Amino acid sequence: MALIEVSQLQKSYGAIRAVKNVSFSVDRGEVVGFLGPNGAGKSTTMKLLTGYLRPDAGTAVVAGFDVVENPVAAKAHLGYSPEGAPAYGEMTVREFLRFAAELRGLADPAQRVADTLKLCRLEEVAGQSVDTLSKGYRMRVGFAQAVIHDPAVLILDEPTDGLDPNQKFEVRRILKDMAARKAVIVSTHILEEIDELCTRVIVIAQGEVRCDESKERFLQRGADLNQVFRKLTA
Amino acid sequence: MSDQPTSPTPRPGAAFWAVLRREFAGYFRTPLAYVFLAVFNAFAISLAFFIGNIYEAGVASLDRFFLYHPWLWAFLAPAAGARLWAEERRQGTLELLLTWPVTVWQAALGKFFAAWLFLGSALLITLPMAFTVCYLGDPDVGVIVSGYVGSFLCAGACLGIAAIASALTRSQVIAFVTGFLACFVLVLVGYGVFDELLSGAFATGTVDEIRRLGLWRNLEPFTLGLIDLRPTAYFLTVAFAGLGLSTLIVERR
Repeated sequence: MALIEVSQLQKSYGAIRAVKNVSFSVDRGEVVGFLGPNGAGKSTTMKLLTGYLRPDAGTAVVAGFDVVENPVAAKAHLGYSPEGAPAYGEMTVREFLRFAAELRGLADPAQRVADTLKLCRLEEVAGQSVDTLSKGYRMRVGFAQAVIHDPAVLILDEPTDGLDPNQKFEVRRILKDMAARKAVIVSTHILEEIDELCTRVIVIAQGEVRCDESKERFLQRGADLNQVFRKLTA
Repeated sequence: MSDQPTSPTPRPGAAFWAVLRREFAGYFRTPLAYVFLAVFNAFAISLAFFIGNIYEAGVASLDRFFLYHPWLWAFLAPAAGARLWAEERRQGTLELLLTWPVTVWQAALGKFFAAWLFLGSALLITLPMAFTVCYLGDPDVGVIVSGYVGSFLCAGACLGIAAIASALTRSQVIAFVTGFLACFVLVLVGYGVFDELLSGAFATGTVDEIRRLGLWRNLEPFTLGLIDLRPTAYFLTVAFAGLGLSTLIVERR
């Protein structure tokens, strides 16, 4: 069974149907690039998949656990960094990660925090409060809390948004290192990121899946990815 | 990290305690806690001395000290409780917290008890008042203890109201003002001026029933040394109804 199984997911905000009928599944070792215009339903799909929002219909199953029926078990196997990588600003990076580790009930939280600080190259700012960090570090803190428990499923909403090229490279490097053991979904606006990071592409527009195929097939659609994107999402 | 991703489902208690510890420590991460503790003590003591004339009364008792506690809690419980949920919404961390393996109820309980303990610590710092009275005279210690118990329960009731206000908004200021206004009404119920207003509108029996809902009316027996079922139940009901309602509001998001 795939680590992520999404079946006929639907969600409306009042009269607006944000997610109409979305189905897909993601296996271990896959990095799925979630593409789509703003307001297409990418973030809503991620919020449904992580159990933050309740779907109106359909199911989302993470590591074998239905996120509505068995949310705590599903969330234990899930790492999620919401858009903008929110964190408790008044805590230091170390305190924040320690809190995440303790809340998750991890064995030896101090060691987990140390390992994660190292993995995400946050050691030099570990004692600084999150509020005082630059955007690049903040995004990495968001990423760090999502991987501290080495989850089977990783969902990242625009993890490289607003980063400079070096910082983007860094996040992609960490992600590639761990991707083989996980099922990963990454939403992005950066089409070049697909070639560098993803193994598969799902394009969402107007709350529907417009395209779900391997990276190789997607890249064969045309030399100009911007044009391909416009055509698919029109 | 291991080759095989393993993320065990945490014990339910782990999340509750983690949230409680974080929230309690959170008060002391900003100057807010110290300002709060100082203001609470300054007002608790000066109200008792200058308005309650506790010294001139010449009686070794703290009833004039507790008399003003509903006013203090009505102001300071919303100040401490405003951040409970409003701050999570403002920072966007609600989405983080609720996608971690914790139920809304565990998180809500952890937050609520952390805030209540914080208010309790403000109360503990006034203990020198009690020691002074014991030094100057020969008060009934049981009465003082029951007064403190009553004041702590009263704080919980005000916090319950503050929690609802905080769950409804992403602004701490709005949460504080609405929480304060709601608590303020409960303080007024039972005071002379307010009674006259009510008497004009309702029958005597009804007015008396409404008066029972006031904070002071329920705190008074505690300051006389009585830990009665009815006022205890009143405070706990308001506290936990507030906790429950605020949690349902967050759960609906």
